[in-house]
Amino acid sequence: METAILPIGQARAAAPILPARDKGGGKGGVMAGLMHRVAERGRARLRLTVDGVEIEALEGDTLLTALLTATARLRESEFGDGARAGFCLMGACQDCWVWTEAGERLRACSTPAVAGLRLVTGAAPWP
Amino acid sequence: MAVIVVGAGPAGTRAAARLVEAGLRPILLDEGSRQGGQIYRRQPENFTRPPAALYGSEAGKATALHRDFAALRPHIDYRPETLAWGARPGELLTLHGETATALRYDALILATGATDRVMPVPGWTLPGAYTLGAAQIALKAQACAIGRRPVFFGTGPLLYLVAWQYRKAGVEVAAVLDTSPFAARLRALPLLAARPGVLLAGLRYTAALLRAGVRVESGITPLAVEGEGGRVAAFRWRDRRGREQALATDAVGMGYGLRSETQLADLLKCRFAFDPVARQWLPELDAEGRSSVPGVYLAGDGALVRGADAAELAGRLAACALLRDAGHPVDPLETAHLRAGLRGMARFRRGLETAFPWPGAQAAALPDATIICRCEAVTAGDIRHAAAALDAPEVNRAKQLMRPGMGRCQGRVCGLAAAEVLAAARGVPVRAAGRLRGAAPVKPLPVATRMPEETP
Repeated sequence: METAILPIGQARAAAPILPARDKGGGKGGVMAGLMHRVAERGRARLRLTVDGVEIEALEGDTLLTALLTATARLRESEFGDGARAGFCLMGACQDCWVWTEAGERLRACSTPAVAGLRLVTGAAPWP
Repeated sequence: MAVIVVGAGPAGTRAAARLVEAGLRPILLDEGSRQGGQIYRRQPENFTRPPAALYGSEAGKATALHRDFAALRPHIDYRPETLAWGARPGELLTLHGETATALRYDALILATGATDRVMPVPGWTLPGAYTLGAAQIALKAQACAIGRRPVFFGTGPLLYLVAWQYRKAGVEVAAVLDTSPFAARLRALPLLAARPGVLLAGLRYTAALLRAGVRVESGITPLAVEGEGGRVAAFRWRDRRGREQALATDAVGMGYGLRSETQLADLLKCRFAFDPVARQWLPELDAEGRSSVPGVYLAGDGALVRGADAAELAGRLAACALLRDAGHPVDPLETAHLRAGLRGMARFRRGLETAFPWPGAQAAALPDATIICRCEAVTAGDIRHAAAALDAPEVNRAKQLMRPGMGRCQGRVCGLAAAEVLAAARGVPVRAAGRLRGAAPVKPLPVATRMPEETP
């Protein structure tokens, strides 16, 4: 079992596949999430994996919340204009798609986070 | 009689309740997982904040709607997490999980709600840039702020409401920047006075923000959301005196009122008309919510953006119209009462559009490199190219040529702005730029979707 658990909202390590995410507002070596919890912090914890890095989330989080409290992107635009992290949060813009390692597409703003999920935020994986 | 109500916000819930009162058992389709819609959206079951913390002054209305739904639920066929993605006469196509279903109907009430109306600005696709609605949902449904020191810009009552809700949740708000001039609000006062309580609430939010020392400006022009390290780092704007201003920030919330979700009405070939107040193409409706297609009714912000209180009345009124058309007795006093209630809402709505106008003219000034369609990174320059060199007279032709609105959101986000860019490039009123036609599926379906058998 894992023993060291970082505070909620911080990824476990600055893995080499997530190099650019710390530049905006992060301090030190820990990636800074885009979103910040302001209440409801007492929920049960769960863990999932994003681009090979384990993150901790809370039960009741959407995938969007789980990912963006730990990191600063959900996907890459297929048109080469950079990272995206959702926009409308109500299932309209379709700009928060993430993929499971198995190649299933999930809309992060409307999909609940479940323990053990393994996600990728880069290009869609080949099945 | 088979009746389907699409949408479980205030309009859809009140419509379904009225149908049940008449002895019907409607199907209520909800794309969300819990009834309430966006405005009265619920937090997950394991959250503990009280309604007052979530809905503020509207807590009473929210809890009443949720409570009434609980009583209603045994009497309807409620289908949460179900998307209505296609429609043809007498049949609605839905998706739940990966299973598509064709639902036959005799009558249909569309209460599909609205999304933020957005005017793009350079940098608005950066991580950390969200709609005002998104900023509110993050807080209300997930107890999260979009940033540590967000800037909110755009216009409309939501601008001030969201900023105030963030402040109340303990978030430092860097600035609240309104594109509408303050004078427009003064001009709108006689119309806004149609709903003095709502007007006062709006003034209270603004006063509270000022008291808290938040920078609040009117008459601004957004220039750019700037990024660093792949996320929002600053916001630049021109103030009302024409001076350039900038603030460091880690997030922006932006929006200019709301736009109706009208795709299903479009697929069912309801007639649309240009609404000069909203500057949008909307389904033509009579005073009770009947569309131009018999058996198809619309209610709530998906028909005309008038807000949640109007949506409750309009939902009930559309159900009354449906029932009367189907030969059920409906007390004329009831419909008269609902229609009278909506008249004040209509006046207030004109006031809001006067006070917080959609800044369509900004589109002309956007740099060519500005992304308009975020799905496919189509720029303002691309649309201008379609409008001028390729001579596209309206948005559907421009879409065929350069793909704005062709992407996965189907123009929900960029459609209105794309029309403004095209109209400005051709020197015609935005009305002449037309509207993007809807196409099924109105939202992307999973590849694994199992399609229903064709009905004969």
